[in-house]
Amino acid sequence: MLPIPFEITKISKDNAKTRTLLLAGQLPTRPSPGQFVMAWLPGIGEKPIGVAGLAPLRLTIAKVGPFSSAVHQLKKGDFIWLRGPFGKGFKIKGKPAILIAGGYGIAPLTFLAEEMKKRKIKFTLIAGAKTKNELPPKKIPATVFCTNDGSSGAKGFATDLLEKLLSKSAVSCVYGCGPEAMLVKLAEICGKRKIPFQISLDRYMKCGIGICGSCAINGFLACKDGPVFDEKQVAKMPDFGKTKLDESGRRVRA
Amino acid sequence: MRNPTILASGILGVSGDMLIRAAHGGAGAVTSKSCSLEPRVGHPNPTVIESEGLMMNAIGLSNPGVDEEIRELRRAIKDAGVPVIASVFADRLEEFAAVTSRSSEAWPHLIELNISCPNVESKIGMPFSCSFETAAKATQLARSSTKLPLIVKLSPNVPDIVSIARAVEDAGADAICAINTVGPGMAIDIQARRPILSNKTGGISGKLIRPIALRCVYQISRAVKIPVIGTGGIENGKDALEMLMCGARAVGVGTAVYSQGPEVFSKINQELENLMKKQGYSKISEIKLVD
Repeated sequence: MLPIPFEITKISKDNAKTRTLLLAGQLPTRPSPGQFVMAWLPGIGEKPIGVAGLAPLRLTIAKVGPFSSAVHQLKKGDFIWLRGPFGKGFKIKGKPAILIAGGYGIAPLTFLAEEMKKRKIKFTLIAGAKTKNELPPKKIPATVFCTNDGSSGAKGFATDLLEKLLSKSAVSCVYGCGPEAMLVKLAEICGKRKIPFQISLDRYMKCGIGICGSCAINGFLACKDGPVFDEKQVAKMPDFGKTKLDESGRRVRA
Repeated sequence: MRNPTILASGILGVSGDMLIRAAHGGAGAVTSKSCSLEPRVGHPNPTVIESEGLMMNAIGLSNPGVDEEIRELRRAIKDAGVPVIASVFADRLEEFAAVTSRSSEAWPHLIELNISCPNVESKIGMPFSCSFETAAKATQLARSSTKLPLIVKLSPNVPDIVSIARAVEDAGADAICAINTVGPGMAIDIQARRPILSNKTGGISGKLIRPIALRCVYQISRAVKIPVIGTGGIENGKDALEMLMCGARAVGVGTAVYSQGPEVFSKINQELENLMKKQGYSKISEIKLVD
């Protein structure tokens, strides 16, 4: 698949760090929550971005480096080029669920929440951030907020709230996206209680289509087998939470 | 080798675990992504594009450097259960000796010399395999730096591949792998009004290059005594048999891993076995080079 240009119809400023682009048109196939696109800005670069919603197609992008800074310079009417959707997304299991997002990990979970609402599946979404102005907009349903510094919502980590919720009621599955340290904690909490989980892993990607191996993690490819992995797959990943490959393929701390 | 299919270099990357996965997918041998003395980040994205049976890449030989690659190779050698081929390359001719000797310390079953990547150019502006002098020189340097069997991978993008093949055979190669990617080619995005690949050009692979690969392997097989690994666009058992009929003793599989996953090797082997039976062959060595 070659990159397809999409016109930006609207840009919303979500918080101090993230913006959501609303795009005209749809991808060649319908993306599911957790799947990603390779987003290209000619002359700048191409990065994997999780789809944040459909109707209209949305991408939520946090300003973290040169590529995302360039995305934040875009205006209504500009274009962004996409290949995708790629990878395996979340498998919705039904029954009450907990969605847990750390920082800008909220993007694919917003899409998942949208889909669960449509299918009338009960869920609670935990949205955690370092501080108040990095929280997502408070329009997503069934959301509890927390900040590490206590500037908004409960004080503490999103995983603290997860532990509290799990001790109160049974859930069928925990869905997570965020910093790897948070996902490690999530896996530990769910593992102890034998609760299934699905988490979206962030790895450096080049091709996005399962051929270059840049995003390899213990024999899995984040772009093709993931980016969403379940507890059985994560159990076979000794490198999870420890190392990942950089642009050259060198092992660095995850 | 338990079967004639080999994971081609550059596919599934640098990690030992991915080489093991290709082996589990049925590959008879696996080749690591080419590594150099020092780490390289390669070209910025976009580095790979794909459309209708054609793939174009300009990854730019990103790799973690030979010191780190040795650890990954050892892991693969220990657990893959099939021969591991360590692919090496260098920017400068002088470095072929050092990178070959360092890689050999991991004790792979074979070394493959990549002198044909179109995304890295020598000082004279083209891959070393584009001239028989530089191809022979690189081969000699590697040959004198390792006791392991040496495969040299050739570029199809030359007017006379036979003279290059003869030169590397004379310089001490134990086998030839042909072909590397074709081109390089280009793709333009009309809305962006520029090339899609950041490197502007990229090497072409996939089923559309198979006729070129067949022709190159046929010509080389008739000209040299050393075995040839036929690589380029192979997706199924019939493709593999055609390649063997052109004189290849084994077949490399690369781009098909994208379309069919790492399990593609088992599929090709099964199809090849059935087809050989139908054609009255009981073993690979009975398949003769076509006239």
